[in-house]
This record gives sequence, structure tokens and C-alpha cells, in this order.
Amino acid sequence: MIAKQVNQKAWFMVLPVFLIVAFSAVIPLMTVVNYSVQDTFGNNVFFWVGFDWFRDLIHSERFHQAFLRQLLFSGIILAIEVPLGIAIALTMPKKGWGVPLCLVNMALPLLIPWNVVGTIWQIFGRVDIGLLGHTLAALGIDYNYTQDPIAAWLTVIVMDIWHWTSLVVLLCYAGLCSIPDAYYQAARIDGASRWAIFRYIQLPKMHRVLLIAILLRFMDSFMIYTEPFVVTGGGPGNSTTFLSIDLVKLAIGQFDLGNAAAMSLVYFLIILLCSWIFYTVMSNVGEESSPKGGA
Amino acid sequence: MNFNWMAWTGPTAAFFLIILGMLITMTVWEIRVPGGAPRRGILGFETTRGDRLFVSLLGSAFIHIFWLAFFSLNLWWAFALACVYAVCVFIWV
Repeated sequence: MIAKQVNQKAWFMVLPVFLIVAFSAVIPLMTVVNYSVQDTFGNNVFFWVGFDWFRDLIHSERFHQAFLRQLLFSGIILAIEVPLGIAIALTMPKKGWGVPLCLVNMALPLLIPWNVVGTIWQIFGRVDIGLLGHTLAALGIDYNYTQDPIAAWLTVIVMDIWHWTSLVVLLCYAGLCSIPDAYYQAARIDGASRWAIFRYIQLPKMHRVLLIAILLRFMDSFMIYTEPFVVTGGGPGNSTTFLSIDLVKLAIGQFDLGNAAAMSLVYFLIILLCSWIFYTVMSNVGEESSPKGGA
Repeated sequence: MNFNWMAWTGPTAAFFLIILGMLITMTVWEIRVPGGAPRRGILGFETTRGDRLFVSLLGSAFIHIFWLAFFSLNLWWAFALACVYAVCVFIWV
């Protein structure tokens, strides 16, 4: 067996990034851990409370509801954006003038900042001046996202789909473009159906980009803050108060730093666990379906 | 430098020092006895030594959270359970 040569000196190249991450992420995370076991009344004076904040949080109905709303939101947008993104990518042209046109159109929503997207949809959905809200009202549909929780949810979900499906489309399109023509020629010779081509050629070849798309969309949707905050402010009532909105209310609105720190850590651990499960499952699915020892 | 703003306490400092100690131990272990190449354990996926440390730490965090949620016994029991879990992960996963 030939031992693989590994040049460990390359790790020094990572050192600047490591220092930046330490400064921007590790030190703040340590501070959050410190806050989570203490209470403060301001003036940088802290009192040790042990794991009381965690105990309160885990038994808090408010946290449970925000967590369930967050899971439901992420589940719904993944269930819509991933199949929709694949479907749109499959219909996009592979050559000709349509390629740049489609790519630019797809990339446009991704270029708009989160708060601007929120503002666009906040005005778009208003019954008095918004095109969507006014049209729906004219059609006799009772739509008011400031009063009706279902309308608020629909607005936030459609907004997210409008903003982020393009990302899934572009990633899937990149995966589809990397499939050599020989695969399609072989499928044609075998008389494979459109579904068989999708199931046995396109989907396996897209699985790595799909992994990235699902991971990115899950993590982004699980920590979504700006867009729903601008559109609904977490309401009506608490119906669109997701974890991040609840966290900000707790930390900045109520200035409960210890409680908010404990919530941040549990939130962080949940995202870490879900991302790790997604990554492990999807990378292993790929390894089992691809031949061993290949290039 | 003044680190008062970070609100350090003895137990949290010890916690981070233990994590740092684990990372240093893993590095020394790999240099002394190389063998961190991926292997397939009982969960059916490949893990390196680093992956197993990550799984141990993440699992331990959730053991402590579930202990707080469902048991009123002292948290040191959860710590003991997490240690046993970590040893099992390093042996079998």
C-alpha cells in the first residue's frame, strides 16, 4: 500500500482565516456562553445563576412555539423551493441566447438585500396601495397580512420562495450543465424515458449541488430574520415570530441577556445538529451510489 | 488587555480550557499515532478522529439539554453519561 503524501505546511495558509474567525465568531461565542450562566442588571455587573436560564428556556412555552413555527417554515420552504428549483433548472435552455437571459433573470432576486425584499413585499401586499393586496381585494378575496395569521404566513412563504428559489435553480443548473452529452446519448440508445433520464442520470449528477442548496436554504431559512421582521414584525400576535425574531425581542427588547444567551446556544446547537445530519446523510448517499475507486 | 466585557467565570473558563485541551490532545495523538483516516463504524458512515470528537461534543451538549428537560437529578450524572457516550463514539462510530 502506498502512503499518501500530505503537505501539512499548507495549514499555515489557513492561519489568517483562523484568526479572523476567532475574532469574529469564537470570541463572541465564548462571551455568549459566559452570559448564559449569569444574570445582569446592567453596568457590566454579573451574577452566577448556573444552568437556570437553560432550564427556564427548555420548559418555556414561548420557546417551544417559536421553535415549531421555525421548523414548519423551514420545512415548507424546503418542500417547495427544492422541487421547484429543480423543475425550473430542467426547463432552462442549455445553449443559445436564452441562457444569459434566463441566468440574469434568475440571479436578479438574489441581488436584492433582505430588508429591501421585505419592504417590497410589505408594500406589494398592502390592501390600500399594494398591487397584490389591492388586486386580491378587488377579486373579493379576504387578504390582510396584518390581521390574518394565514395571510401573514402565505406572504412570508411566497416572499421567501420568490427571493431564494433562484439559488436552488442556479445550483441545479450548474449541476445539469456538467453532465456530458455521452450520458444522454447512451440513454437515447437504451430508449430511456424522460423520467428514467431524470432519475438515473440527472438527479444523481445533481446530488452534490442539491446538498449545498438544501444546506444553504435550511440554514438561511432557520435563521431568517430581516424579511419577516420587515413585513409582519412577527405578527399578527406571535404568528410569524420565528426563533430569530423571538431572540432579538428577548435580547434587545427585554434586555434579558442571560436568557437570550441560553436561547442563542440552544438555537446554535440545533442548527449545527441539523446541518451535520443533512451533510452526513447526503454525502453518504452519494458515496453509496457512486462506484468505488473511480476518478 | 481588559476582558471584563466578556463576563468570564471560573467554570466557563475551565470549560473552554478543557475544549482547547481536547484539541491539543487530538493533535498530539495524531502526530504520535497516526490513524485518523476515515473508517466506517456502526452508524454506517465514514468518520475520522476529528469527526468522532465533533459527534461526541455535539451529542454531549444534547445529553445535557435533555437531562435538564426531563430529569431533576444533578447535572453531574448527565456529564458522566456524556463521558460514557464519548468513549462509545470513539470505539464504535
